[in-house]
Amino acid sequence: MKKLVHLIKEEAIFIVLLVLFIFFMCTSDRFLSLPNLLNIARQVSMLGIASVGMTYVILIGGIDLSTGSIITFVNIITAYFMVNMGMNMWAAILIYLLVSTGIGFINGFLVANFNMPSLIVTFASQIIFEGLAYIISKGMPIFGFPAAFSEIGQGYLGPIPIPIIIMTVVFLIGGFILNKTYFGRYFYALGGNETASELSGIRVKRVKYLIFSLSGLFAGVAGIVMLARTNSGQPTAGKGYEFDVITAVVLGGVSLSGGSGRLANVVAGVLIMGVLKNGMVLLNISSYVQMVVEGLILLLAVGFDCVQKKGLIKA
Amino acid sequence: MDRSDDVLQLQHIRKTYPGVVALDDVSLSVKQGEIHALVGENGAGKSTLIKTCSGAVVPDSGVIRVNGKEFKSMTPQLAAENGIAIIYQEFNLVGGLSVAENIFLGRAVRKGWVIDKKAMARETEKVFQKLNIHIDPYELVQNLTVGYQQMVEIAKAIQQNAKILIMDEPSAPLTKVEVNSMFKIIDTLKASGVSIIYISHRMDEIFRLSDRVTVLRDGAYIKTLMTKDTNVDELVSLMVGRTLTEKFPERKPCVRDEVVLELDALTGNGDSKISFSLRKGEILGLGGLIGAGRTELAQMIFGVVPKTAGKIIFKGKEIAPKSPREAIDLGIALVPEDRKRQGALLSMSIKENINMPIYEKNAKLFVVDRAKEKSAADQYQKEMRIKAPSINQLVKNLSGGNQQKVILGKWLAANSELIIFDEPTRGIDIGAKYEIYKLMNELVEQGKTILLISSEMEELMGMSDRILVLSEGRLTGELDRGSFNQETIMSYASVVQEEETA
Repeated sequence: MKKLVHLIKEEAIFIVLLVLFIFFMCTSDRFLSLPNLLNIARQVSMLGIASVGMTYVILIGGIDLSTGSIITFVNIITAYFMVNMGMNMWAAILIYLLVSTGIGFINGFLVANFNMPSLIVTFASQIIFEGLAYIISKGMPIFGFPAAFSEIGQGYLGPIPIPIIIMTVVFLIGGFILNKTYFGRYFYALGGNETASELSGIRVKRVKYLIFSLSGLFAGVAGIVMLARTNSGQPTAGKGYEFDVITAVVLGGVSLSGGSGRLANVVAGVLIMGVLKNGMVLLNISSYVQMVVEGLILLLAVGFDCVQKKGLIKA
Repeated sequence: MDRSDDVLQLQHIRKTYPGVVALDDVSLSVKQGEIHALVGENGAGKSTLIKTCSGAVVPDSGVIRVNGKEFKSMTPQLAAENGIAIIYQEFNLVGGLSVAENIFLGRAVRKGWVIDKKAMARETEKVFQKLNIHIDPYELVQNLTVGYQQMVEIAKAIQQNAKILIMDEPSAPLTKVEVNSMFKIIDTLKASGVSIIYISHRMDEIFRLSDRVTVLRDGAYIKTLMTKDTNVDELVSLMVGRTLTEKFPERKPCVRDEVVLELDALTGNGDSKISFSLRKGEILGLGGLIGAGRTELAQMIFGVVPKTAGKIIFKGKEIAPKSPREAIDLGIALVPEDRKRQGALLSMSIKENINMPIYEKNAKLFVVDRAKEKSAADQYQKEMRIKAPSINQLVKNLSGGNQQKVILGKWLAANSELIIFDEPTRGIDIGAKYEIYKLMNELVEQGKTILLISSEMEELMGMSDRILVLSEGRLTGELDRGSFNQETIMSYASVVQEEETA
């Protein structure tokens, strides 16, 4: 019985996903079709990619508010390099990933060395890089990419859209880092107890550099997909994106107080976001109502986490 | 019922925690206007006893009688209503509020909806006058020195009509001048009929202030004496006076000649000019009062806090570890004093805890070698005799003794040669203590070296080959096993350095 309760708690997210799935299947006849399902997966691909880095950050009890801004900023400079300077697409992508990782690293450096709360550090970089994106683009979108680049966002490999493939690969890599390498062990250790981690020989600062760098890197990968899909560098491209990502991660049961969470559940969290959005569109629910629902979901997810924590303390 | 002039009587108080008897049939009575000192070693039960008066601890049995009214247990509110106030070492003040606002915290004087700051300041002045305190009621508490903050705490209690004031080591954070002003206030309080329970380690204060003194030891009531009829020696021997029984396992002599650790005038982190050497297979005890600088010394050797001067020589080479990682790689380990917050990763498994320092060493291209991970965990679960159904058990579900064994296992897995134990058996029940001692013996017999920090006199004397005593960040004494003596250690531990010496 106790095991069953534990199982339900642990796997609740999959049950929710299933229930939503069945609900939309019953209420909309267009929901359950291969093209629609692929469409959902493609829509959440950027969210999924970025959620991996965010999962790491939240696992150690931090938060990264710069995700959207990193996407915007690097979108703009890459678009600028490719379109205005005619740079080779692969070189631009490489620069893209380096810069996004670099911004993440700076976040991590500030958090680790000056004991600044990640909430504030990443919020500051959010503002800074959004501003820089406006300065470089002068507020105007940049478009006209090579066709090969657009393939990343719009192309197919066989029947499967390329963004879905990228997301799958990122999830696999993310899961590998978390479950197979010692960094994964360190992430959990740090989230559980930073002092004890340090005294057990973990170089806490370096782990933080790594985590925020990875968060930047994965935000960068998500941004490339976005840039290729929209086919234009917009100075508003990633605005507010981090909140979708945080919602998905928290929905996936990663505790905001750090130390516990599983990537598989985050995948489910991401899918719930996608299914919900898609289903609501199919049911002709207005985008304003969708916002309300999203907010309520975030509250529910965090509330569930907090109530569970409280229960643990009492026990 | 006796009709004495006792304002507070604690009778036959008993309090147990799982595995520990914190208070065993302890009684204490306080007369009106009396200063009653409460003494005992760390862990003797002083804090637990006074917490029963404040309602922070509910006794299993016994009676608390305040002005003749009987209580089975107190609550913070009941305590306040009956005139009991406690001044803890950590003050309950809000730094950003004024002195007057702090004194009226939670009971602000109001005119309608508005807080009447003037009235509060007036009332505060009245109390200050009574106690002969000179502080501006409008000053922010954060701008006051610790000494003045303490005065505010006392004034707050008196303003709330406290008749019984309990002070838990009130002089610990104060300078000499501040202690003197505090004494004056205490004298004034006594003259106005307030009773005081005064807890202190410092003998001179007890003899300066108290009328009577009660000694506790290991949670048991030992004796109450008239202060004027006793002396320091008698008190100290009552505090520590117990004969060592077979609480410590036998150990083969195993101290080798080779020096493992040598400190040469090591300075920093509050310690100054500490020099000693530690030989292979030796257990060197570090005695002293809490705050004497022993943990701080361990932090320097383990790379947590950098030294500012002097040398650490480990296995013949001078070292300056900048992080625990570096110290671990050199072969140094620390079993920290706060097991739950510093030692064990509670939310992780036994396996992960034991492997934490060696994951990197055993990994191939960052990937954890699961076979080695499991075999290390199995090996040290067996060697440390960790009682758990599986190595995947979370450490938070283990008993204190087993948690400590997991931490030890971690350091053996990391192949540490020098292991610093900081209060290794704090909060561990007696049976498990014996187990830890046995493991320590096995370690030195295998050629490991141990630096043992302990505030438990018995443990220190039972386990060490040699004892060094620290007081206020300085080495004040050294004893060889043959000359171990509790009184001597206590007297070394309470050596006070003259602040005036330039």
